[in-house]
Amino acid sequence: MSHGAIYIDFEFCSGCHSCEIACRKHLRIANDKDGIKVLEDRPYQQENGAWHWDYIAYPTELCDLCEDRVAEGKLPSCVQACQAKVLEFGTIEECAEKLKKKPKKAAIFVP
Amino acid sequence: MSEWKRQEGDETIFRTCAWSPPGCHPVGCGLQVHVKDGVVVDVEGDPEHPITKGSLCPRCLALTDYIYHPDRIIHPMKRAKEDRGLDKWQQCSWDEACDMVANAAQEIIDNYGPETICVFGGTGREANYWYTQWANLVFGSPNSVYAQAGWSCYGPRISNTAFMIGGGYPEIDYAQKFSDRYDHEGWVAPEVIVCWGKEPLRSNPDGMYGHAVIEMMRQFGTKLICVDPRMHWLGTRSDIVLQLNPGTDTAMAMAWIYVMDKENLVDREWIDAWTYGYDALVERCQSMPPSKAAEICGVDEELIWQAARLYGSAKPSSLAWGLAVDQNPNGTQLGQALIALMTITGFIDAPGGTTLGMGDDGGNRVKEGGGIDASQRIEDENDSTLMLALKYGIMSQETWDTKRIGVDKYPAVGSIMWTAHPDEFLKALETENPYKVHMAGFVSSNPVGTAISAEPQRWYKALKALDFNFACDCFMNPTIMSCCDVFFPVASTIEHDGMVATHYASNASFYGAQNKCVQVGECKSDIEIMMMVGKKLHPDFWNRFETQEDYDNFHVMRSWLPFKELREKVVVMSEEPYYKYKIGKLRPDGQPGFPTMTGRVELYSTMYQNWGEDPLPYYEPPAYGKESLPELSKQYPLMMITGAREQHFFHSEHKQIQALRQLTPWPMIDINTQDALDFGIAEGDWVEISSPYGSIRQLARVTPTMKKGVVHCMHGFWYPEEDGEVPNLYGNWKSNVNMLMPNSVNGKLGFGDTFKQMMVNIKKVVGLGGSNDPDTNGIILEPSRQAEFTVQQVWRPEDAPTDQYLQK
Repeated sequence: MSHGAIYIDFEFCSGCHSCEIACRKHLRIANDKDGIKVLEDRPYQQENGAWHWDYIAYPTELCDLCEDRVAEGKLPSCVQACQAKVLEFGTIEECAEKLKKKPKKAAIFVP
Repeated sequence: MSEWKRQEGDETIFRTCAWSPPGCHPVGCGLQVHVKDGVVVDVEGDPEHPITKGSLCPRCLALTDYIYHPDRIIHPMKRAKEDRGLDKWQQCSWDEACDMVANAAQEIIDNYGPETICVFGGTGREANYWYTQWANLVFGSPNSVYAQAGWSCYGPRISNTAFMIGGGYPEIDYAQKFSDRYDHEGWVAPEVIVCWGKEPLRSNPDGMYGHAVIEMMRQFGTKLICVDPRMHWLGTRSDIVLQLNPGTDTAMAMAWIYVMDKENLVDREWIDAWTYGYDALVERCQSMPPSKAAEICGVDEELIWQAARLYGSAKPSSLAWGLAVDQNPNGTQLGQALIALMTITGFIDAPGGTTLGMGDDGGNRVKEGGGIDASQRIEDENDSTLMLALKYGIMSQETWDTKRIGVDKYPAVGSIMWTAHPDEFLKALETENPYKVHMAGFVSSNPVGTAISAEPQRWYKALKALDFNFACDCFMNPTIMSCCDVFFPVASTIEHDGMVATHYASNASFYGAQNKCVQVGECKSDIEIMMMVGKKLHPDFWNRFETQEDYDNFHVMRSWLPFKELREKVVVMSEEPYYKYKIGKLRPDGQPGFPTMTGRVELYSTMYQNWGEDPLPYYEPPAYGKESLPELSKQYPLMMITGAREQHFFHSEHKQIQALRQLTPWPMIDINTQDALDFGIAEGDWVEISSPYGSIRQLARVTPTMKKGVVHCMHGFWYPEEDGEVPNLYGNWKSNVNMLMPNSVNGKLGFGDTFKQMMVNIKKVVGLGGSNDPDTNGIILEPSRQAEFTVQQVWRPEDAPTDQYLQK
């Protein structure tokens, strides 16, 4: 089986931090550690007047892609908890297909 | 669907729907609670929940941190009255605590009358359902109190809706009433959604699952228009954002009506069939062309035309209104104009438009998965708290009619909100006029704190002087520490059975079971506590209930579904049909139309007219601002808005929960980049924010997203990690933005306050500062001095005796 990955449509990541807390609870790690982390690129107005303000959640080295949950047929905890449903789980190839369909403000992470 | 309770290995897994505590509105998000040996080991989203589909916000994800927090109060406690403000609480038994409350109440009832006992309800939590019952059915008092000035949260919008449409709260259609959701036959996505004074992702949304907006943007290409002084994150994903001056929304809404009529972007056929007063409305809006609104609102005129055209051309379109409608003395008119905008498109209660509920929460209960409509409303002894209180002699008709404070002055507020009028109640506490109040209960309300009450320093001074006070809550807070004598520990949403219905059932998408998963300490639910005290004071009524389930079945579930059946189903969708006004599902007589005086959507409001208000919307500038107070505003050159949410906090709650607090450790004032330069303030500086009412401190966040000349201050901040005794009182007065805003600056009908349009000044300071104790810093306005500070609107009606009001 191909390696697992996390796809994110960060055009619509609202920065709610649900993934961080769901992950921390699942991994049973302290509040100062993260298995997935939401980063913010703070807002500014571009030359053309359009606004830039992005959040993106990326998995850290503590992420094991929720092996145990996936083995039970569940989604990784961050993917399940994501309020905007912009996190998705799959193989690298499956995630690449998603990226092809949405070639704007999207990314694949392989922790 | 999985069972509501199942065993996996050594864990029992419960499916349940969340309400409160901890604080939330009735959104009913789906939880799966993993329990091992009677202890919650994990809380995750329920993938089988039709609305939330496994998602959860940070507050429920951190639920175990909340329910097992070392500072949580899990046993009843008492404290001697002379020790108020000091941490001298002693654990006691439930019996002793209930006896103390019942005995104090009985003595006060005997000596002064039941009306001298009041019960405070806060925002959002389940106790919102129960605080009027505490007042009416436990104590026999008409005075339940929601302490926000002008009842300015949800109440104005509910009342606007009742007056103009007669139906339940209007909400965006995100296929929320159907189990097959977006696949439901006949459903279409809104082409355009307007978020007016509302940020649905982070707001505490009364019943809407906010991130459904993102689902519809991603899946169906739904476009957004936002009307907000802030460029919030969702605004950066919107087609148009109108960053208007705070409090000028009514002018903007009238300009939209002007454009849509002029360019024929309304459904004239629908308007002729179903509305009353459209031509008069349009005529009124001729006074507010976009050119004029542009000047008032500080928004480019062309953008106003574009926004109104985009909204008017969309098929279908939906409009969501937010708290900015309520927290504005001109908000009654704004609500009126926005209801016009929701309806003149013809998309009210249409697929992909703005949904309506079946009616008020007295009649709107589902049966066998289908709605009980207004014509099937149960008119029996269960029907209302008030009827029960009268029938069982707990409260007399005379007490209800003549002792409910403030509704003689503001009958429009009293007609829909069955409480006292908050600002008038505060005056009564201070002046002992029309009578002295002796006792207060706080059921999930913290009016001395940082969430809802304007000038909490005045509430503090008045409430701590009462004879006896008690509270039902989960954690110690500034109100309880400073004022109370008995603390009842309340069970969280996963520690008791119950029902959650979105929008308090006024526009229910589904009915969810709250299933008890664990017991923590000796905590009991709001209902159980109310029953225990009720049995001591009015056993004739209360002794019929042995368990919470008895009460739920009697008063919550009514006759449609016993709790045990709901528990097993976990979620029952309302499956309400569209176009209810066409098929006789809104009116009690079963006829088509709307339950209003004219049977139509009243764009020209006969109800407003009856109360002496203009039947058509009009614009009035903010009470505190350059236009109304040109001299004073030179000292306070910026306009402040407050109340934008952080999703990891619910108002003053959750500040103890490390996983949540670390996301926003300090209260932030958002300052426009240019304003920050002008005032010599840099990112991360402490800032003193001053109004004519006081000064507080928050931390600067410098951002181009704020409109120039406008700052936003976070609400709800106190410091539970600090010394809780007075004068510090958990740092309650250090960053408490509500201290900057007055009471009694309401609209003509009695709704509205200045939380979203208050003039302030800012300056850089060093550090968070001292306790800012109102007992010593002189900021509490004595009743005799209030008039000199409070803006008196010229139309303010004189105080009229209650009996005169009742003649009307």
